[in-house]
Amino acid sequence: MSLAELPQQIVNGLVVGSLYGLIALGYTMVYGIVRLINFAQGALYEVGAYLGVVIFSVLADAGLRNPVLGLVVAIVVASALTGALALVVERVAYRPLRHAPPLAPLVTSLATFFLLMSIVQVVTGAQPLNYPQVLAVTPWTLGPITLAPTAALIAVVAIVLMVAMHLFVQRTRTGKAMRAIAVNRDAAALMGINTTRVVALTFALGGAMAAAGGVLFGVNYGTVTYNMGEFGGLVAFTAAVLGGIGNVPGALVGGLTVGVLSSFATMVLPNQWQEAVVFGILIVVLAFRPQGILGERVAERA
Amino acid sequence: MSLLEVRDLTVRYGAVQAVNGVSLEVEAGECVTVLGANGAGKTSTLKALAGLMRPAAGEVLFDGRAVTGHPAHRLARMGVTLVPEGRQVFGPLTIRENLELGGFVQTADHTRRTLEQVLGVFPQLAPRLDSLAGNLSGGEQQMLAVGRALMSQPRLLMLDEPSLGLAPLVTGRIFEVVSEIAASGIAVLLVEQNVHRALQIAQRGYVLELGRVVLQGSSTALLADDHVRLAYLGHGMGEGE
Repeated sequence: MSLAELPQQIVNGLVVGSLYGLIALGYTMVYGIVRLINFAQGALYEVGAYLGVVIFSVLADAGLRNPVLGLVVAIVVASALTGALALVVERVAYRPLRHAPPLAPLVTSLATFFLLMSIVQVVTGAQPLNYPQVLAVTPWTLGPITLAPTAALIAVVAIVLMVAMHLFVQRTRTGKAMRAIAVNRDAAALMGINTTRVVALTFALGGAMAAAGGVLFGVNYGTVTYNMGEFGGLVAFTAAVLGGIGNVPGALVGGLTVGVLSSFATMVLPNQWQEAVVFGILIVVLAFRPQGILGERVAERA
Repeated sequence: MSLLEVRDLTVRYGAVQAVNGVSLEVEAGECVTVLGANGAGKTSTLKALAGLMRPAAGEVLFDGRAVTGHPAHRLARMGVTLVPEGRQVFGPLTIRENLELGGFVQTADHTRRTLEQVLGVFPQLAPRLDSLAGNLSGGEQQMLAVGRALMSQPRLLMLDEPSLGLAPLVTGRIFEVVSEIAASGIAVLLVEQNVHRALQIAQRGYVLELGRVVLQGSSTALLADDHVRLAYLGHGMGEGE
């Protein structure tokens, strides 16, 4: 371990952390509005990554050579399809349990996670698949830091998507409806808000963000595997909890923090320890600051 | 034809029957009150009429159309709104956002104009539009809750215990506003434990006991009724609680 590596590790951590933040957004938005940890989120991330492979190969067959345009199409189409899948999941696995004890949808979310992961495994034969090279390989060098253009692009896209989602929730009419439902679902319905539809939309947006994260992951690392949703999903969950679950900017803060911390860990520990480090962070957060970095306990007046 | 017509409404929570065949009517522009002790079924009646609970039986007609079992958001779009018990403002949102959400069923342009009117009724909210609703006092929250309901420009405004837990001075202001609303032509269905005050501003009233209407009539008749005086007005002394 040498301190000279530190700046490079921070950069690596921020790049991967922005991806975690993107996936964490789905956990945090769904939790914020219906108080459910949607564990299917990790599987949606993986489904999105695999859809990206399919879309890129369809585009290549169609003769589209512009890599940046290809990336945009892949993100948009994979997000739309995965968002639609999230709608189906919401309809089948959660909506029928709306009045059930909270443990019931938690269990179905885990079941959905394993179901989707197994489908991917069966369909792909558990073979890792490769992403095409989107941008030039030659990395930029700045003092001790080298940064691949792809990595920079990924971090930028991820952060832009998160800021866009934050503005959507804060500024738009639908975003206000989401925040109203998060506070009091019955009162929101009295305002004329179709709460069932807004809740479904929240699931769809979470799924779409996870898929975008999956495609960006594939483009950055070149390979996607049938079990990437397990680690990705759980790291993103940790990021959501660390940032303050239910808090949209918290997803970004949590993602970047987890990314940088796990990146530091690789400096002193062998790579296999990465998961242990991430879950160590989760345990420490839950023990000492369960509301997360940006989360706060809001006392409501009766 | 009445604006709101309710026939044999029944509401159940599991095996418990909260409302047991209630029939009532509200004419356009009329102020009607529903009286009764805790557990008489007043809140459940309003919740069913606002679409927050599905009636187990019975029929609800609004403006001549069958709306039984319609969800709350559809009723809100038709002009039926409820100021729920305990105010239920959106505490972590600003006062402005609360009012804008009240106008959710209206166009943005409409909302801007209605906002001016509502701030005319509750001027104390105007300087605090950008502070959080959760920081308001109980009385101010009640005013915000009523203002939020007015933002939708309702044809029928239902209020569930608007004076509950408020200081007498604030209670007075709330009743004043409710009677102004009724005078402006909006039909009002008011559930209140402050029976004397409620009968002063309402034209008619219904008395609910154990989920049934046991008495109905003009406010004057109810104020003079022995049963009402004894059970709800404190031994016929003629003054409210």
